Amino acid sequence: MTGNVWVLAEHWRGRLSDLTLEALALGRELASGFGSPLEAVLLGGPALATGLGAADKVLSVDHPSLAEPNPEAYCRALAALIKARQPAVVLVPLSNVSADVIGLLPARLGAALLNFCRDARVVDGKLEARCLLYGGKLETTVTVAAAPALVGLLPGSRPAAATGGSPAVEAVTADLPAEGRVRFEEYLDPAPGDVDVTQQAVLVSVGRGIQTQDNIALAEDLAAALGGVVSASRPVIDQGWLPLTRQVGKSGATVKPKLYFAAGISGAPEHVEGMKGAELIIAVNTDPGAPIFGVAHYGIVADALEVLPALTDAVKARKG
Amino acid sequence: MNVLVLMKMVPDIVEELEIGADGRSLDLDAVRPIVSERDDHALEQALLLKERAGATVTVVALEAPEVDEVLFTALAKGADRAVKVTGVEPAPPTAAAAAVLAAVLPKVPNLMPVDLVLAGCQAIDDLDGVLAPSLAERLGVPYLGIVTGITVEAAGAGGTASVLKEFAGGTRGRYTVCLPAVLGVQAAEKPPRYVPVAKVRAAMKARTLEEIPAGDGGAAQLVEVAAMTKPEAAGKAEMLEGDPGAVAAKLVEILAARGLA
Ligand SMILES: Cc1cc2nc3c(=O)[nH]c(=O)nc-3n(C[C@H](O)[C@H](O)[C@H](O)COP(=O)(O)OP(=O)(O)OC[C@H]3O[C@@H](n4cnc5c(N)ncnc54)[C@H](O)[C@@H]3O)c2cc1C
Ligand SMILES: Nc1ncnc2c1ncn2[C@@H]1O[C@H](COP(=O)(O)O)[C@@H](O)[C@H]1O
Repeated sequence: MTGNVWVLAEHWRGRLSDLTLEALALGRELASGFGSPLEAVLLGGPALATGLGAADKVLSVDHPSLAEPNPEAYCRALAALIKARQPAVVLVPLSNVSADVIGLLPARLGAALLNFCRDARVVDGKLEARCLLYGGKLETTVTVAAAPALVGLLPGSRPAAATGGSPAVEAVTADLPAEGRVRFEEYLDPAPGDVDVTQQAVLVSVGRGIQTQDNIALAEDLAAALGGVVSASRPVIDQGWLPLTRQVGKSGATVKPKLYFAAGISGAPEHVEGMKGAELIIAVNTDPGAPIFGVAHYGIVADALEVLPALTDAVKARKG
Repeated sequence: MNVLVLMKMVPDIVEELEIGADGRSLDLDAVRPIVSERDDHALEQALLLKERAGATVTVVALEAPEVDEVLFTALAKGADRAVKVTGVEPAPPTAAAAAVLAAVLPKVPNLMPVDLVLAGCQAIDDLDGVLAPSLAERLGVPYLGIVTGITVEAAGAGGTASVLKEFAGGTRGRYTVCLPAVLGVQAAEKPPRYVPVAKVRAAMKARTLEEIPAGDGGAAQLVEVAAMTKPEAAGKAEMLEGDPGAVAAKLVEILAARGLA
C-alpha cells in the first residue's frame, strides 16, 4: 500500500477539534511507516490552516456549503479529492461532526473502512488497526492492504500534536452545487439555568444501572454529602430522568473533576471520552467485565444501590 | 407519508461476551439478542411523526434470532406493517446488509416510494457501522446521522424535513434535508413508549409479518479480521472487596487522603 497519509481537519463554530490534533500525531507515525508525507484536508474554514502545522501540507477546500458540518458537501468534496490523489490512508476523527462523512465515504468510493479505531500502525506495508466493538467490551485487530483505507479514529489514541509551525497550504477547488440536499441552518444551544457539570469538583454520575428515576436520589444524597452534583450517561438522559445539561460524553460534556464516581455505567467509548481526564475515577458496577474498570482508578463489583447509601453514610459519619 | 424504520438485533452487552473458537469473532450462540437501543428511538420518532401528521410506518428487519418478537412489538406500539427479509447470512456486515436492503425494498409490494427511512444510528456490534449512510448512497438519497428530532415540512417529491443533529455539550444543529432521505436516529424527541406484553401477544395473534426473500446483495469484504480480544486496559482499576459497609469505609479513607471527604 502506498500513498500519502491524510487527516480530515475537523472543525465547527470556527474551532479545530482536539481530536484533529490527536489524529495528526497518529498520522505522523503512519506517514513515517509508509515513508510518505502527512497532509491535512481542511474542508471550509480556510483560516484554520494555521493551526495545522503538524502536517507537511494543508489541502484547503473552500465553499460556502462547507462552512459548518455538512455530511453531503463534505463527502462530495472529500471523495473527489481522494479519487484524484489516491492517498494510502485517510484518518477521520470520529466525532459527531465527522461520523456522518465516514459513513458515506465507503459506499461512495468502494473503499475499506476501519471504524471505531483506537490505535493503528503500518506492518509490512499494510495498515493494521485495533478497533473497539460491543461498547468497548471487545477489540478486533484488522488489517487492510488496499488503498485508500478510511479510518474512523476514536479519541485517546495519541497525545495531541503541537499546533505550531506554518504548513504549506494548497488551495483546491470543489465542484459543489450552490444548494445541496442537506443544508445547515443554525446551531441551537441548550437552555442555560442548570448547573454546569464541567465546573464541578465532584461528580456522582449515574448510568442505566441505576434502574429507576427514583433511585437517582441515592446519587443526589452522596453528591450532597461530598459537595458535588449528579451527572449521567446517555440512557439516563434519553429516559428524561435528568436534563441534557447533565450528560457526560461524546454528545454531552467533557469533564475533568477531582472525583468522578461512576455508578452503574458500563464505560462505552462514547462515555469514556467525556470523563477519562478526571483526577480520580471510582466505578461501581455489577459486571466484573465492564470496560469502566479499565479507566477507573478504583473499582467495586457490587450493586450501586447498596454502595451509594453506604458511602453516603460513611462520608457523613466522617464529617460528623 | 411513508416512513420505514430499520431494526436490528444486537448482543446484549450487559451479558458476558465470549470469543468464538476461531479467535476472530463473537460466539453468537452465547449471546442474548436484543433490539439495538437506538432502533427503539427510531421507531418512537416514526410513531411521533405518524401521530402529528399521519404516516404509514413500516418496520423492516433482516431475519435474525428473536427478531419476530421485536417486529410484533413494533406493530403493538403502532407500526402499520412489519417486513422480515429472509434468507440472509447470519449477522451480515453492514455494507452487505445495505446491499441486501437496497435490492429488496423495491420488491416489497406497495412499499415504495418512501419519504423517510429511519435507522438507529450506530449499532454496537460492527466494525463499520455504516448501514444507514450506505443505504442512502445506494438509494441515491441524502443522509444525516446522530439525529435527535425531525419535523416534516412537506412530504412527497420535492418535500423537506427540518432535522436536528446532535453535536457536543448539548448543542444541536438544525438542518433542512430534502426528501426522500435516510436519517440515523440517535434519540427520539421523547423516550420510547412502553407496550404491555399482553398487547404484544395480541399482535402476535392478530397480525402477520410480511416475509420477503433476499436477492443477491453481496458486497466485497475489504478488511481482514486478524483477531478478537478483550481490550487491554490502559490502566487497571484497583478492585476493592467486601460488603458495602467495608467498601464504603475504604472509599472514605481514599477520599479523605485527597481532601475530598
Ligand atoms: C454518536 C453517539 C454519541 C453518544 N454520546 C454519548 C454521550 O455523550 N454520553 C454517554 O454516556 N453515552 C453516549 N453514547 C452512548 C454510549 O454508546 C452508550 O450506549 C452509553 O454510554 C451507555 O450508558 P450506560 O453505561 O449507562 O448503560 P449500559 O451500557 O447499559 O450499562 C449499564 C451498566 O450498569 C451495570 N449495572 C446494572 N445494574 C447495576 C447495579 N445495580 N449496580 C451497579 N451496576 C449495575 C451493568 O453491568 C452495565 O455495565 C453515544 C453513542 C453514540 C452512537
Ligand atoms: N441487519 C439489519 N436489518 C435491519 N436493519 C439494520 C440491519 N443492520 C443495521 N440496520 C439498521 O441500521 C442501523 C445502524 O446499524 P449499523 O450500521 O450496523 O451500526 C441499525 O440501528 C438499524 O436501524
